[in-house]
Amino acid sequence: MVAQRVRTALRPPPILVGPAVVTAVLALLPLVYLGVRVAEGGPGVVADVVLRPRTFELVAASLGLAATVTALCVVLGVSLAWLVVRTDLPGRRMWSVLAALPLAVPSYVAAYTWVAAFPWLEGFAGSVLVLTLVSYPYVYLPVAAALARLDPGMEDVARSLGRSRFGVVIRQLRPSVAAGGLLVALYVLAEFGAVSIMRFDVFTTVIYTSYRASFDRTPAAVLGGVLVLITLVIMMLEARSRGRAAYASRSGTPRRPTPIPLGAWRGPALAWSGLAAALAVAFPLVSIGYWLLQGSSTRLDPGALGQAAIATLGVSAGGALLTTVLAVPVGILAARYRTRFAAFLEQSTYLVHALPGIVIALAFVFFAVRYAYPLYQRTPLLVLAYAVLFLPAAVGAVRASVMQSPPVLEEVARSLGRRPSAVVRTVTLPLALPGVLAGAALVFLTCMKELPATLMLRPTGMETLATELWTQTGSGAYGAAAPYAALLMVLAAIPGYLLGRRSH
Amino acid sequence: MLVARNITKRFGAVEVLRGVGLTVSDGAFAAVLGPSGCGKTTLLRIVAGFERADSGSVSIGGRSVGDLPPERRKVGIVPQEAALFPHLTVSRNVGYGLPRGSRERIEEMLGLVGLAGFGDRMPHELSGGQQQRVALARALAPGPGVVLLDEPFSALDRGLRSVVRDDVRDVLKRAGATAVLVTHDQEEALSMADEVAVMREGRIVQVGTPAAVYGTPADLRVATFVGEAVVLPASASGGAADCALGRIPVRTGAVAGNGGTSPAAGHVALRPEQFRLGHPGDDRLRGRVERVEFFGHDAVVTVRLPQMPAPVRARTAGEAPYHPGDEVGVHVEGAALFYREG
Repeated sequence: MVAQRVRTALRPPPILVGPAVVTAVLALLPLVYLGVRVAEGGPGVVADVVLRPRTFELVAASLGLAATVTALCVVLGVSLAWLVVRTDLPGRRMWSVLAALPLAVPSYVAAYTWVAAFPWLEGFAGSVLVLTLVSYPYVYLPVAAALARLDPGMEDVARSLGRSRFGVVIRQLRPSVAAGGLLVALYVLAEFGAVSIMRFDVFTTVIYTSYRASFDRTPAAVLGGVLVLITLVIMMLEARSRGRAAYASRSGTPRRPTPIPLGAWRGPALAWSGLAAALAVAFPLVSIGYWLLQGSSTRLDPGALGQAAIATLGVSAGGALLTTVLAVPVGILAARYRTRFAAFLEQSTYLVHALPGIVIALAFVFFAVRYAYPLYQRTPLLVLAYAVLFLPAAVGAVRASVMQSPPVLEEVARSLGRRPSAVVRTVTLPLALPGVLAGAALVFLTCMKELPATLMLRPTGMETLATELWTQTGSGAYGAAAPYAALLMVLAAIPGYLLGRRSH
Repeated sequence: MLVARNITKRFGAVEVLRGVGLTVSDGAFAAVLGPSGCGKTTLLRIVAGFERADSGSVSIGGRSVGDLPPERRKVGIVPQEAALFPHLTVSRNVGYGLPRGSRERIEEMLGLVGLAGFGDRMPHELSGGQQQRVALARALAPGPGVVLLDEPFSALDRGLRSVVRDDVRDVLKRAGATAVLVTHDQEEALSMADEVAVMREGRIVQVGTPAAVYGTPADLRVATFVGEAVVLPASASGGAADCALGRIPVRTGAVAGNGGTSPAAGHVALRPEQFRLGHPGDDRLRGRVERVEFFGHDAVVTVRLPQMPAPVRARTAGEAPYHPGDEVGVHVEGAALFYREG
């Protein structure tokens, strides 16, 4: 009965459906248009590009990088989670914060800090190092949560039956490890900034160079299509594992497990946790600090920094605004209506998850060049690309904040004679506003850090903090890049700081 | 006047309403009483327009509303836990369904529910009972054809509940509103409503005044749901039934289809207040007191009788001069309800 009361069975009002359809069309546009471009190339061109030895090398490089980083993230994430949640490791609270912190370090900033210090790291090894250090929290966080929920009674039963506790624990953790690992794999496949700074050729970087280098952009489109296919396969795996993870975590927390004494392992355990924090958190900070001091004496251009900051703020504000406006009708529909059409509209925005930023940017380039040339390399198109890129996050935020207020309020409002549009304006939105604004702020900060779409779609002559950092690092100007890196780190830290403050 | 006819509704494979009819005349206060999951809330949501019936019709004030959206039905809702708009003041909550500038009507409604002067407060500054009264004022303000109350008192604590119940009934009567209360609480339904419809498994099984529903329940399950009852196997003939407590007269209306001569197998049901306790010597039946529950206005004494498998709960007025272990005489007063087997 309760589930039936969550959403009303009534048809969604046109005032929501109309704008939501626009949003869904925009969200589907890149994928559809990429398909159109690939199809236009014809089977000959597609086969030619796909069957090139170079393409096989790229598949191998991308998958190899994804697999290696994922494996290392699983090792690092699971070991840290277990130490922090289940053992008597000294300073566990501090370690639990430090272990999640790398999530706030933009990958290309981390890549810059390493390549600036050790230029010989370039290539596969450097890419693996940097991507592991920034993405292991994707494994650490769900596994730590699963470990905290785990019923220690099961372990006691296993031990009383003469089995090791690890058998039970591993079986219980498998869904969250799988979900986290697949998330890492998706992240690595979509990654552009860090690998391009590390000068390691994968799908995303080659799509970018092939887009830059030639007038015929069909090969770029075909490569983009192949990348989307790989991503979709991994997403399907992820969705399946997530279903199982949800099932496994349904039980409550009967009692807190007693911490397992580390004994003689305390020293090595501390060293391991310390090493992870030093490499993933401390090193980027120290490196940026070093280059700030080093670079300020040589060449710092405050004008360029200011201009980039202002441009970044401008396009990001536009992106956040447009994303939120597009996300609100879809989010309300998803939270309140259970019709099939509403579900389709919501899912079409989540499909964007399958598209690496570089592919979305490429699709927008194609589309603008052919159908909206005046928009090509103009701010509105960049803002639109941001909106599509970050739509899933914004829709999720709107949906969650709408769901926080009970639907009965809207029903009462309707029964008092107000039309659906008035109810949205006077009840739904005012109540969801804090959550919607928080989502908008998050999108704003994410836009500021965005690199590949900005590189491809920014107006000629415009630089953002991210593109400046990327360009300066590419030409070896590490000192000049440092202020941009520092500013980006500060920006990236803001959401974490705010979230931390809110939860206290 | 609210008329719902032959309403059916299924959610997937579950048949929630199986041909429900309900008529509430103008100015009357009806209660739909049933256990949770019986479909009463779905019925209410169909009347309000939040769910669509699979078949059947709903009319309010003679106007068929089955195809109208909720905002055009003129139905007032008082939901569980009041559900005031948390971002609006009390005044703006009450005025939500009114045209702009209906200051006077808002004051009038606040006065009606006894909250004059509370207009500038925010909902969270009110007590649970006050919130419920604001919700009532908000529902009544636009002058709805019918007011639906969905378990509106279940979130209030027990002491407050009876006071708020009286207030709500009083306000509804003074406003002359037609109202339907949906509840699983038989005490609430019997004490507030002019008419009670007992609902079970998607059907309305009995409609009547509170006294009729309590006094002559349609079947054994209604008898045990609407109030406490001691149920015993019995066989009835000639206007009385034989059971473990002896031969007890049977209420004529309740002996459905029993001509009198040939004994009919079935059950008798007795209300706790039908058991009178006295000195052990005075009565034919004797038992031993197991427990005394004192409620102030009355007391319930649990007595074990040697001929009964389960103890009997007897309700006595005022202070009960008994203690666990006392031997008492038990006397059955009035007629029992009799229900034939099957």
